[in-house]
This record gives sequence, C-alpha cells and structure tokens, in this order.
Amino acid sequence: MRQGVERTSPPPCGEGTEVGVAPPASAAVGRPTTPTSNSSPQGGGGARVSSPISPRRRSWVGVARPLSPRRRTTLAILSFLIPLLAWAAVSYVPFLWHPLVEVTEPGDIAWMEPGMRVPKAAFAEEVASAKTAGTAEPAGRPANPVYLPAPHEVATAFWTSLTAQPTQRDAIRLPLSLWHSIQIIAFGFVLSSLVGVPLGILCGAQPTLARLTEPVIEFVRYMPAPAFGALMVAILGIYDGPKIAIIVIGTFFQQVLVIANTTRRIEPLLIEAALTLGARNLRLIRRVIVPAMLPQLYRDQRILLGWAWTYLIVAELIGTSSGITFFITQQARYQHFDNVYAAILIIGLVGSITDLALAWLGRRLFPYDRSEA
Amino acid sequence: MNSVSPVVSPVVLPIEACDYRTQCEPVRARFDKLKGREVALRVEKLTKTFRKPDGGTTVALKDIDLVTHRREFLCVVGPSGCGKSTFVRILAGLETSTSGVVSVEGVPVSGPGADRGMVFQGYTLFPWLSVLRNVAFGLEENGTPRREAEREARQWLALIGLEAFADSYPHQLSGGMKQRVAIARALATRPRILLMDEPFSALDTQSRARMQAYLIEIWKKIDITIVFITHDLDEAVHLADRILVLSAHPGEVAELIEVPVPRPRSHNQALTPEFRATRTRLDALIHPPKDEAEESVAPDVVTRMTSAGDEVE
Repeated sequence: MRQGVERTSPPPCGEGTEVGVAPPASAAVGRPTTPTSNSSPQGGGGARVSSPISPRRRSWVGVARPLSPRRRTTLAILSFLIPLLAWAAVSYVPFLWHPLVEVTEPGDIAWMEPGMRVPKAAFAEEVASAKTAGTAEPAGRPANPVYLPAPHEVATAFWTSLTAQPTQRDAIRLPLSLWHSIQIIAFGFVLSSLVGVPLGILCGAQPTLARLTEPVIEFVRYMPAPAFGALMVAILGIYDGPKIAIIVIGTFFQQVLVIANTTRRIEPLLIEAALTLGARNLRLIRRVIVPAMLPQLYRDQRILLGWAWTYLIVAELIGTSSGITFFITQQARYQHFDNVYAAILIIGLVGSITDLALAWLGRRLFPYDRSEA
Repeated sequence: MNSVSPVVSPVVLPIEACDYRTQCEPVRARFDKLKGREVALRVEKLTKTFRKPDGGTTVALKDIDLVTHRREFLCVVGPSGCGKSTFVRILAGLETSTSGVVSVEGVPVSGPGADRGMVFQGYTLFPWLSVLRNVAFGLEENGTPRREAEREARQWLALIGLEAFADSYPHQLSGGMKQRVAIARALATRPRILLMDEPFSALDTQSRARMQAYLIEIWKKIDITIVFITHDLDEAVHLADRILVLSAHPGEVAELIEVPVPRPRSHNQALTPEFRATRTRLDALIHPPKDEAEESVAPDVVTRMTSAGDEVE
C-alpha cells in the first residue's frame, strides 16, 4: 500500500472508478488533469460517457443490516428517553399545555378551595369579576388535569405502592395484587398450552386432522373471549375459575392455529430425510418435527404469553374484581392516577422482563437457530 | 421454427474424436462383469402425471424402463423440467407413481424404506443433533439401541474422515463436510441403493471435485448401487458407469449411455477422446442445436452507448 503511494504513476485501486468524478488532487500529479485531454497511448481515445443519474443519491431504506452493539444500546435508551422527555416537558414547562389552574389561594370566591383544579377561562372570569367587585382575588398556578401526573409523582407512587402499606382500609397492596394476576396468567397459559401445543403440532403434521378441527377453531377464534365472561361465571363461580377460563379461551384457539402453521413451515426436506431414514409417525413427530420447530414454537409461545396479559385485564373484571386490575380500578376511583400509572408501568415491566428473560433463555437453548430471536 | 426438424440431428464429431459407443477392452470387460451381477433396481413403465390447477394434466415421466445391476454407478441427466428429481423421489418412495413398478432386488417399492438411502440437494442434517447423532439417527429409528448405534456411527465417520467432528453441530461444518455427513447418514442403515439428488450442486468447484473423489472412494469400498442425479454433464461422465439421459415434456428415456472412459477416473481424463465424445453426445441430446440458435445474442440487439475509439474488445 505504502509503495503504491510513493510511485505516483499507477493510481491506487478504487480511485476514479465513479463515472464523471474528477481524479483526486494527489493523483493529478502523474496523470492528465481531465479525462478528455488524455492523449497518452495506454489511456485509449474517446470521451467518457457520464451517467445522467447522480451517484451520490443515498437511500435510507434497504436490506436491514445489523447495527453496531453501541448504536443499538444508544438507540434503545433513546426510544425510552424520548417519550419520557416529552412527558416531562408537558408536566414541568408551565406554558406547555396546562389547561387548568390549580387554586392556591381562593380569595373571596366562595366555591373555590386550595388544591382545586379550575379551567383557565373560568379562573380568569372569577379574577376579573373579583377585580370589578373589589373583593380579594384568587391565586393559582397553571396545572395539568388530574389524570396526567408528573413523572416524579408516578415515580414516588411506584416506590410507595411497592413498599408502603395502603392508606385506605379496604385497599390491597400492589405486589399482592400483581402476584395474584401472575398466578392467573400462569394457570391459564399452562392449561391452554397443555392441549393447544400438542393439538397444534398434530394438526400441522396431519392434514386430515387439521381439516377436521381447524375450520371450527377458526370460527370460535372470532368470538371475543370476554363475551364468554357471564357464561363462565355461571359455570365456574365468581372467583378465579372464570378468569382462568377467559385466558384459556383467549389463548387456546389462536395457539392451535399459530402452532399448526409453524409446524407446516418446517423445512420439508428434513421430514423427507427422516422418512428415508426410517422414522415413522409418533417417533417422527418426537424426534424430527418437534425439534425442528422448537425454536419457532418457543417464539410463538412468547408472543401468545403477551396476548394472555391483554386478556387478563378483562378477565379480572369478571365476577369479583381481583388482582392488578382491581388495584387499578380502585385507585382510579380514588383519583390516585399516579398509582394507576405506577400499576400500568409495573405490568409493562413484568411483561418486558419476562420476555427478555425468555429471549435470553431461547438463545441458550437453541444455539443452532440462526433467525432473529 | 417449424422448418427445423425436431429429430435430433447427427452429431458432428471432432476429427480426432472416436465414437462414444466404441469401448476399449478393459471397459468392455468391466461392463460385461457389471451386467453379470444380479439386478439391484428395476423400473418398469414408470409414468407420473400431475394434475394442473386448471384441471388439465402434465406428464412428468412417461414409460421409463431401467435396469441397474448391483454396484453400478448410474447418473441421470436431462434438460431442466425433465423430471429427474421426480424420478429419484419416486425411487425413494417420497412420491407415488401414476403407473409402473419400481422394485429393489425384486421387492416392489411402496413408500420410503431403509433399503434406499437418499442424499438431497439442500442440507438436510438435523441441526439440533451432533454430527455423530445425525449419523446414528437412521440406526436408532430402525431399532438399534443408542449406544450401539453411536458406536457404529463412529465407524462411518471414520470412513468419511470426519471422526474429529463427531461432537460438532451441522452449522459448524462447511458445505462439503455437511454433504459428506449426509452420505454417511444415508449409508449407515445399510441401504442397497443410494439415491443422490444433485448432492454437490450447492458446492463450489473445488469442493465438488473433492466430493466426487470421496464418493468414488466410498463406492469402491461399499457394496452399494448409486443413482446420481446431476445437471453437470462433466460430473456425469466423470462419475458414471452408465448415464440415463431423459428428454423433457414428457420425461422419457432419450438414451442410456455406457460411458467408455476407463476406470480409475481422474479429472485429467476430461481431454481424452472417449470423454469428449461422450460429452459431445450428451450436449447434443440435452441441448438440441435449434435451442442454441434461439438463445444466442445478436450483436445489434444492444444499442451502442459509448464513444467511438473507446472499444474494450
């Protein structure tokens, strides 16, 4: 490489290959400056034909290439930071939104109390009328509606709800209600999987069985699981039974169809190779079909588990309210919206952490699986 | 186009080349010995028709007759769409024929079985099993206890020279190594016939040459009849005792060529008159002259877009 730089006559490879680009200054010493005036014998005659398309056009869209680990981390942090900053801006910068006025000093206005949130226009009207009447003016500061607490309020609520005892007598603690919800989910999901996964695999491997079961499953799938709520209460009582049933109904039918499709997407050559080697029926399923689909089955189950969480909220409103949903509705009734946000955040956290842990476990379990986890 | 006769015109051979049908003495002796062996695979009036979505039918294979003898190396070539893959898949039992009989050592074939091993074009090693367990798979499926199967599999790995990779996983192997393991896996159940569907077509030129040498070595050491599908005509001449040439639409036997190139084979033989005569005959059968005239690029098809005096050729 170094030698090539010292000897200026042959230009280093890669230079001057783009159409219509002038040779760089360093190479111009030993070479004619413009291609058209080139008269050296080895250069050959004839003008270059320049392309009408600019070579400098960049495309932001293309085949996705993996980002560097550092960039990935930075972008992941930013993806959380940007909405958080927007929330903080709306909460702490007084002239951003703040449609209400929180009364600090009611003055002589009879219906006002400190801490009350009044629409800006109504407050201004009262101030104006107090001025003309010569009575004491009310004082206040710009505020957001009660349903949008500031980040620090939610953070405090988050911490207190995890650690402190509840103030109301009939209130339940967040960790306890969360634990109850996790149990409901786990129960429902395991029950659904015990039947759904084997049935899905059999449907995927056996077209006759698939045709016998899938049309009706497809039909039931479109019935919203919560619609079965009242029925389930009638059958299973008012406690945890109907809640688990809703999760099972919501998960099972999707599960069979999704897993049957995953089974059908196994590389057919693997199954044919196994057939030529003598594998048959249940052994073929156990030794080839299940291992071949396992990484994707695992991913399917992760996605289905996410769906189970969305059914949970409806399920917990059926019969006697319980779990995290009971906590949320109760806190919303008391207008403790900071607690409501804290509880929603906790659901998000539990879900994401479970998913990250499962993804990590998946990479350990299936090192041969090269598709993105 | 209709003016061109569809009948294959007589091949114009180079002056120094011989007729591909003339066999020197050792080659003829070899063929006599081969034909004296018992029949390994018999295909009678094999026909396969597919039903098209519009209700019509396509004839993929029509009245294929074939007899191969024990320890023969048979290559199957043909233009794309002639049904070579369908043919070998029917032999393997992975597809059913519309009519006709396939029998291995006198026993009619119905469905896949351990008497026929198969090596596929794509990589079909089980990615979740180690190389050793892959080779042991067929033995275990046919009732050999695991320990015994693994001991036997280790011997097969030794035969293909990959003992050191027994505990590796398929994704850690190169393409050529994967196909070697696939051959060992197919052979481990002791099949009578090894079916190979373009097994080396995904490999680069060097690995392919090495794999051909490996395959010949294995074939020499083991009592096995090989049916080898390929689209590479040089590969067919290099490997085969006989070459079954199929024609397309419908897939019929165009010719069964006895390769006159003496064994042991080497890649230097590609320049010998026997090799070139066989190769020329294959070319004539598979690419009839009228096809080439249609496909050749006329010089004035492309408009000139460069300045005069800037020629590259």
